[in-house]
Amino acid sequence: MATAGGARPPAPGDDGRRGAARVARVPRLLRVPVRRRGARMRLKLLGAGRLGSLAGLGRGGAGALALPGCLLYTRAGAAPHLTHDTLREVRGVPGVAHVALPALAEIHDVLEEYKEGAAKFMGMPDAVLYCSLHDPVTPCPSGYNTNKMVSLWGSSGRMEITASKFMDIQRAIQPDWFQCISDGDTISGEAGRKRAQKSVDRSLSFLDICLQLQEESPELQGSVMFGAIEGGDILEERLRSARETAKRPVGGFLLDGFQGSAMAKETKLKLIASVTAELPEDKPRIIHGVGKPDEVLECIERGVDIFESFFPFQVTERGCALVFSYDCHPAPEATVLPQNGIQDLEKNGAQEDQEEVSKADPEMTPFEISLKDKKYHDDFGPLLEGCSCYCCQRHTRAYVHHLLVTNELLAGVLLMMHNFQHYFGFFSAVRDALRDSKLDQLKELIFRQALQGPASTALRH
Amino acid sequence: MAAPAAGPPPVLRIVAECGRSRARAGELRLPHGTVPCPVFMPVGTRGTAKGLTAAQLAALGCRICLGNTFHLGTRPGPELVRRSGGLHGFMDWPHNLLTDSGGFQMVSLLELSEVSEEGVLFQPPHGGDPVLLSPERAMEIQNALGADIVMQLDDVVSSTTTGPRLEEAMLRSVRWLDRCVAAHARPQQQRLFAIVQGGTEPELRLRCLRAMTQRAVSGFAIGGLSGGEAKARFWRAVKLCTEHLPRDKPRYLMGVGYATDLVVCVALGCDMFDCVFPTRTARFGSALVPWGSLQLKNQKFAKDFRPIDADCGCPTCQRHSRAYLHALLRCNTAALHLLTLHNVAYQMKLMGSIRDSILRQRFPEFVREFMAAMYGGRGGPPAWAREALESVGITLG
Repeated sequence: MATAGGARPPAPGDDGRRGAARVARVPRLLRVPVRRRGARMRLKLLGAGRLGSLAGLGRGGAGALALPGCLLYTRAGAAPHLTHDTLREVRGVPGVAHVALPALAEIHDVLEEYKEGAAKFMGMPDAVLYCSLHDPVTPCPSGYNTNKMVSLWGSSGRMEITASKFMDIQRAIQPDWFQCISDGDTISGEAGRKRAQKSVDRSLSFLDICLQLQEESPELQGSVMFGAIEGGDILEERLRSARETAKRPVGGFLLDGFQGSAMAKETKLKLIASVTAELPEDKPRIIHGVGKPDEVLECIERGVDIFESFFPFQVTERGCALVFSYDCHPAPEATVLPQNGIQDLEKNGAQEDQEEVSKADPEMTPFEISLKDKKYHDDFGPLLEGCSCYCCQRHTRAYVHHLLVTNELLAGVLLMMHNFQHYFGFFSAVRDALRDSKLDQLKELIFRQALQGPASTALRH
Repeated sequence: MAAPAAGPPPVLRIVAECGRSRARAGELRLPHGTVPCPVFMPVGTRGTAKGLTAAQLAALGCRICLGNTFHLGTRPGPELVRRSGGLHGFMDWPHNLLTDSGGFQMVSLLELSEVSEEGVLFQPPHGGDPVLLSPERAMEIQNALGADIVMQLDDVVSSTTTGPRLEEAMLRSVRWLDRCVAAHARPQQQRLFAIVQGGTEPELRLRCLRAMTQRAVSGFAIGGLSGGEAKARFWRAVKLCTEHLPRDKPRYLMGVGYATDLVVCVALGCDMFDCVFPTRTARFGSALVPWGSLQLKNQKFAKDFRPIDADCGCPTCQRHSRAYLHALLRCNTAALHLLTLHNVAYQMKLMGSIRDSILRQRFPEFVREFMAAMYGGRGGPPAWAREALESVGITLG
């Protein structure tokens, strides 16, 4: 595994918690060109952990993505609920858009006839497009993959896709990045060692077939294939998958099989750290299925670069708004935090509201407030004090509450705008914290909010 | 009836009139700005123009839209809206608003309401105590909502009603108009319109017109139509109204929004229109075009890579194809918003073309072109439209 000078990556088994602080103080530029025919993607690391950027993206080579960062979650190429002009009002939209294969596989024949690629078909000809195998929000029932095919789940039901069919579809899509077809059916919690082994074997087999097919496909010469690292919760399989995948000429890596809640947290974190330790520094690492801010930070510390942004979408769908604070710049002794989100999160946990909270969506996290709650019906403050998003600048919690209660479509529009902007702002704050060596403060702030009890959110005096 | 006191300045300024038909082009001068007319007003019942943001609606050229007193009066309630800076503040809408009084809900929610001289007793569909909507209460709510144009509470019956109930409703509407005028607490900031009733009975309409035109109101709506009545009766009732309404006050035909109906009723002398149709049909996947509509959920559009309408300059047509919208409709509400954007743009463009043709003294030609585009391949315009247009001097080929 090549590293062109600079810090040693953490050893396998190291949980990677010795992050930014241990890396050489002097920022170093690691410019290692990725040798891919037609792809001009370059990963530049700036020295604090994996703070850096990807440049040379997209058709014209002008696209970029700051790292660590997230993708723009789309459903069939449009941000959920948002048209082009409403998306344009959101600040900090990432430079790479994420679309899931199933919606495109369902219109394979349409794309073939269209000939000019999915990005253009979806009205985003200049976008940098990443195509993942599955949609992070659609459940994938277990037991529908074989040695020869993987099942995809779309709006019209289940589709069986072989490696060859997969590449046919990718040729019609012409993505900038795409996840190679892989078998990630290990998340149900019932997968044992054998199943984990199969996921690795199959995925490597698919990878080799697809790499060969990519060689033969002129339409895909500019596309970067991401190899999926599988192996369930078995360390040996994970290491094998990482090492073997890293031997192939892929442009990046996809940490798969960490979705859901079946895997114990300690196991998950340890595996992620072990996997990234096996991977070359000069290639980006995406993880699927991780979205909550605390989990994002844990993964960043363990060598992950890129995340999806399905989490703000899920928050939106349950009528909630993200209000967690990521502003760690005020001194910890400050008695008032600039964003009142913390006070709201405190109220979430307060005694008298327990009844309301327990009626709330069970999926709700400590990072959000539920606008459907009656207590917001006459709250004339913005969703989050200090937020500069379209919704917070113009509307109140009372208005959004009203829209939700009356089932108006605009609720989704406004919440999505806020939740995306807040989430993208969080990633920006992560990068700032890495740059300013303040990651520990940010972690402390985020983890404190993750715990959600009134005592743990008490302000330090 | 006492002579009208010095009221707010006149709303309507006529800029041009068609030399043949009764069509007029002009401006509505309202507290939140000037609105060119004839005008179509999109409906944002509950304080939202459906999936569109206020910014998007304004960007399409909309300068007046509707909110509904009954719905907003129930949820979130007028007091809350008042504290939000009125409906303008609540929606963040910088342009004009018109609120309907809630009378129409009597027809649409009939099982849940009971009409008496006092007002309408509603059983709210979402539970709670029965609510009495009286003329006074309707004005109180509308005063709190703060729309630029407010409507009287009228006793609405279905447009196919005949017999004593129709007359009773018409006479009561006149009495309720007087109560609304008396109860209106903000005549300088909010313009009150009367609503002419009488169904499709010419004699009742006439009596209503004679009575209401004596009252000091800023404009007149033509109500009680656009239900299930025969089109032949519909247009005659509209024409009777425009014949007897004052020239210098706006005529608002309620509940009309189909393109053909708009064109014909402008010819008959109407200035303002509202309808849920364009925005509602968008949410069913239907895109309005000069030759009808496209049902984009239909499989036949799956590989149609053209925009909805190549001549439409709206954001949806500039960026997206029918094929993409067809695919997006399956999985993203953004598709509904894209279609709503287009349909509102279509309505705005239609009214703009109508107005423009009146200003240029070529409205009859416009009507002929419109009808040819809409019905050219389908055996010509419907008989009622032909008759209505002929009655005001516009003959179709």
